[in-house]
Amino acid sequence: MFDVEKIRQDFPMLRNRPDLLYFDNAATTYKPQAVIDAVCEFWTGYTSNVERGDYETAVKADRAYDHTREIIGRFINCDPKEVVFTANISHSLNQIAFGIGRWLKEGDVVLTTEAEHASNLLPWFRLQEDKGIKIEYVPVDRQGVCHIEDFKKAMHDGVRVVTMAHVTNVLGSLQPIKEIAAVAHEYGALMVVDGAQSVPHRPTDVKELDVDFLGFSSHKMCGPDGVGVLYGRYDLLQKMDPIFLGGGMNARFQPDGSIIYKDAPQKFEAGTPNIEGVIGLGAAAEYLMNLGMENIQAYEKELRAYFAEKIRKLDNIEFYNPDNVSGPITFNAKGVFSQDAAGYLGSKNICVRSGNHCAKILHEVIGTDQTLRASLYFYNTKEEVDRFIEAAKDITLENAIGIFF
Amino acid sequence: MSNTNSLLADPEILRELIMDHYQYPHHHKLKEDDRYMMKHMASDSCIDDIKVQARIENGIIEDVCFDGVACTISTASTSMMTELLRGKTTAEAKEIMNNYFNMVDAKEYDGDILEEAIAFKNVYRQANRIKCATIGWRAMQELIEESEKGNE
Repeated sequence: MFDVEKIRQDFPMLRNRPDLLYFDNAATTYKPQAVIDAVCEFWTGYTSNVERGDYETAVKADRAYDHTREIIGRFINCDPKEVVFTANISHSLNQIAFGIGRWLKEGDVVLTTEAEHASNLLPWFRLQEDKGIKIEYVPVDRQGVCHIEDFKKAMHDGVRVVTMAHVTNVLGSLQPIKEIAAVAHEYGALMVVDGAQSVPHRPTDVKELDVDFLGFSSHKMCGPDGVGVLYGRYDLLQKMDPIFLGGGMNARFQPDGSIIYKDAPQKFEAGTPNIEGVIGLGAAAEYLMNLGMENIQAYEKELRAYFAEKIRKLDNIEFYNPDNVSGPITFNAKGVFSQDAAGYLGSKNICVRSGNHCAKILHEVIGTDQTLRASLYFYNTKEEVDRFIEAAKDITLENAIGIFF
Repeated sequence: MSNTNSLLADPEILRELIMDHYQYPHHHKLKEDDRYMMKHMASDSCIDDIKVQARIENGIIEDVCFDGVACTISTASTSMMTELLRGKTTAEAKEIMNNYFNMVDAKEYDGDILEEAIAFKNVYRQANRIKCATIGWRAMQELIEESEKGNE
């Protein structure tokens, strides 16, 4: 049984700030004590740099850092050496686009959707500019879903890369990645997945999905900021060039400019990494696996359905994604600009996000630029949803301006 | 700060003013006219995206107008700015603007010359909204600076 009240006791933010109602989990998540302890233990018990240390604490730091690769390997079902640590998923996706970009030639097509986050579009836009590749979009429906039939129609021999979010960040659309990856591979294209909004919320098995690359961020899954993961199929990682060069990633180099890189994953980790962040990420993934990703998914699904049922009954609210089973509740208060509505909720200690959520080309699909996004995590409760609904009834232009007086 | 107009001391009136300027913004249409200079304010955040136009001739602000997508605070504050600065000399406009910027930064200011724009006197309490309350005003500040460079 998923005991949410017991789970909430693990989170100091929830204990220390019972006044807050935190529904901005798609932006970042609260941290359990286990993660805080793991980071503090490194800082207070065995601070050292990693690699090549010949003393006890350095060896311990090295082991803890690499242990996270094993944990992530279990978390997404891959080999630990297929786990590259980055600064965040934006870094992961930039590395993937840069690396793949060196294999592409003018006219090659990258196929994606209009529901993508900026971090999965802009690195590809740069390849369009620098290398003359073409970006094409599969249409999505009004709730942001890319249907496999539409995908098959959009797919052709010129497509070398297919890239999309597993769950989109504005509408929470769950894309049929396994089916899409199978079609992409029939055409010999690579499959890249943005897992920022999916990996923290559902079981992820890169072998079962059969994806070539996957990125996600630690801070959206109870881990520290400043750490991301890049999963890549090992043969592809070995072939891929790193975006950053420097210490820790080369085996040797000569005055004539020749460099021998280390093997993946070290090849992609130039410079001193975010050691405490990686150790904290390991603790976070362990914490989530102890709760069980299936349990988290089932609990959140039920909670979202409860939320959707309540919010669709409010006359003053336009609700954009009632049919999606995962991801945020995306809405507007009629006649109130999203930021004004978020400011009003903020004045009631309710944390939601307003804006276009870094997915600027989506507005043509849903017919609006600006939305409010209430995003849940497994530590949220039905009581919190009830409190939110009561506050949402009062989002009016008059009340939104009222916060300034 | 004292206000000669006691109506502008009433929070209800000030709230009504903001709502009114948001729902029915003044001078909310751009001109197709070479005599106008334009500033596009879109890089501050991903939310507000407004254009401000001004026709400044011989040191007099003959016209100010704007258009775009923006929140209540951005729209209403810019609308009030167009009303307040039209017909003023650039020197008078700068005096008003300095007082306005001081007000939203919670510094000393002269409330009387700000007229309706006094409605934003509490915006500093919502620090994330100071940008909204100043976006149109900063555009106008840049337009005045440009006009002065052009006259040198």
